[in-house]
Amino acid sequence: MKAFTTLSGLVCPLDRANVDTDAIIPKQFLKSIKRSGFGPNLFDEWRYLDHGEPGMDNSVRPLNPDFVLNFPRYQGAQVLLARENFGCGSSREHAPWALDDQGFRVVIAPSFADIFFNNCYKNGLLPIVQPAEVVDQLFRECEAQEGYTLTVDLAAQTITTPAGQVFSFDITEHRKHCLLGGLDEIGLTLQHAEQIKAYEAARRQAQPWLFA
Amino acid sequence: MTAQTLYDKLWSSHVVREEADGTVLLYIDRHLVHEVTSPQAFEGLKLAGRGLWRVDSVVSTADHNTPTDHWDEGIKDPISRQQVETLDANIKSFGALAYFPFKDKGQGIVHVMGPEQGATLPGMTVVCGDSHTSTHGAFGALAHGIGTSEVEHVMATQCLVAKKSKNMLVKVNGPLAAGITGKDVALAIIGKIGTAGGTGYAIEFGGEAIRSLSMEGRMTLCNMAIEAGARSGMVAVDDKTIDYVKGRPFAPGVADWDAAVAYWKTLHSDEGAHFDAVVELDASEIKPQVTWGTSPEMVTDIDGSVPDPAAEADPVKKGSIERALSYMGLTANTPVKDIPVDIVFIGSCTNSRIEDLREAAAVARGRKKAASVKQVLVVPGSGLVKAQAEAEGLDKIFIEAGFEWREPGCSMCLAMNADRLQPGERCASTSNRNFEGRQGQGGRTHLVSPAMAAAAGIAGHFVDIRSL
Ligand code: SF4
Repeated sequence: MKAFTTLSGLVCPLDRANVDTDAIIPKQFLKSIKRSGFGPNLFDEWRYLDHGEPGMDNSVRPLNPDFVLNFPRYQGAQVLLARENFGCGSSREHAPWALDDQGFRVVIAPSFADIFFNNCYKNGLLPIVQPAEVVDQLFRECEAQEGYTLTVDLAAQTITTPAGQVFSFDITEHRKHCLLGGLDEIGLTLQHAEQIKAYEAARRQAQPWLFA
Repeated sequence: MTAQTLYDKLWSSHVVREEADGTVLLYIDRHLVHEVTSPQAFEGLKLAGRGLWRVDSVVSTADHNTPTDHWDEGIKDPISRQQVETLDANIKSFGALAYFPFKDKGQGIVHVMGPEQGATLPGMTVVCGDSHTSTHGAFGALAHGIGTSEVEHVMATQCLVAKKSKNMLVKVNGPLAAGITGKDVALAIIGKIGTAGGTGYAIEFGGEAIRSLSMEGRMTLCNMAIEAGARSGMVAVDDKTIDYVKGRPFAPGVADWDAAVAYWKTLHSDEGAHFDAVVELDASEIKPQVTWGTSPEMVTDIDGSVPDPAAEADPVKKGSIERALSYMGLTANTPVKDIPVDIVFIGSCTNSRIEDLREAAAVARGRKKAASVKQVLVVPGSGLVKAQAEAEGLDKIFIEAGFEWREPGCSMCLAMNADRLQPGERCASTSNRNFEGRQGQGGRTHLVSPAMAAAAGIAGHFVDIRSL
């Protein structure tokens, strides 16, 4: 996994609540058996005026000029500013893969759906929860000021605005540790293989019907 | 010992180790695998030279991409076919307790197949790379969806890195009115608490109305816990649970049966157990539900009307309603009964089990599809459900009514196969998500129960099944 330490990135505001993972990456792109290449189809139905299918040349498709991701001022954005319950719906990890592939490293919202939130951490993408008033303020500042960037420092657990205002955020120690080091979680878990085996042996004894 | 909730018991009995920050390695008993969210996980294992930690925990089937007609022609879409064939190859090389490939008579939607095979048992932890894994909580199991990285993690370690959720009790008091199903209860709950109401919680459903639901009704309810934001929903074990499990292929055999039942009977919340949140509903107030918008919380009942955004003070909510009405092609204040439908879909892991099909058939019997309705699709949840329905003659009732009787699969629930809405088409659907484009780009979905869907197909618009 990619490590995340600090980032100063351009912010793109997506002013909709309950953005679901079907909207983030529509199902027709889930037929891929790869992990990469989903970026051009991020928000496909909002982003393009035509209907997208896998295998199309996305560079020649008609863009929706009213969709925020297509605004010239937000090109190259690495921080997505979103509204409540971001990432609800399907558990597809293709959603964080698509965000990552598009170049986003941070998503800030008042709340996230649980599965999406969890999936982000597995892909070096940092989801940050902020109170609704703070998110409101960031939306206002971002829309008012072209080239609006935020600085995110994971070790310090802070977001800093261009005016120097600092907001802190929460993250569990385990997730922080894994993200900062870009660690392979499976490798970490397998360090406890003996403990897993011991648990499993006891379980097999107590509930033998769970084991074929 | 302090009183524990059902979730507390399921959680603590699966903790392998716990870190200081509360992060836990949670042991997983059952891993359900389907073709869409597994290829990258198997690929990851191969690249790292890892295998499955416990082959006999894996039960697999192909469901999302499989066609529901012309099975003799195979899977025509080459990309869908590749995904299904990739699963075939991965199961062949990594192994599984059981695999129900495309066209197998046990094949079906993963959340229909698991319980009917007895692969889902009380007290288990059940995961799958699919958010509707919450379905299996109906058995007093801890079941939830995971992402593909977690699929790989469970394959390699039999554990999930997890943090405990909070406890929520949703209590539906009193008896349900006639004709009210698990689907109506689920939608009524989501209407009350919202699609993020359960975020961060594991929900236990309790109360007289829930106890009165059959196992299939409880599966429908738990299936939709995720639409309320909760990764897992669950119902305590009772005699219905045990009777349902008995005799299924992967249920405990005679030698273990009594010990299993004795343990399963402990799987309920203790008297006085603490819940972080309690929500109560009065069952007698629940009428047949119909969604009008693009989120399951945008729901009303058959006597209701499409809301008026002008009446909403909160600007974010107002914007959502306006966008939903525009997408759905609806005018504020339209009575639900006046909304016409073009297509009806009866199927999905929410409502494709035998009781669902019986309820739809009871409405369709001796009636005909409205001329204005282009298509009524009935898609059984599995090959076994299909066989049972045919043994009962339900297929004939549907065909005589002008409905189409299909092969099992996810079908128009998410339209990854050929079954999909055209832009602007309006569908009465028994599935679980009415998101924009879910059933096909530009398609408009109204979520309802199987009987309500069948009735809309007959009348050409929504009708109150209680008046039929
Ligand atoms: S039926 Fe629909 S919700 Fe259920 S597993 Fe299939 S696609 Fe997902």
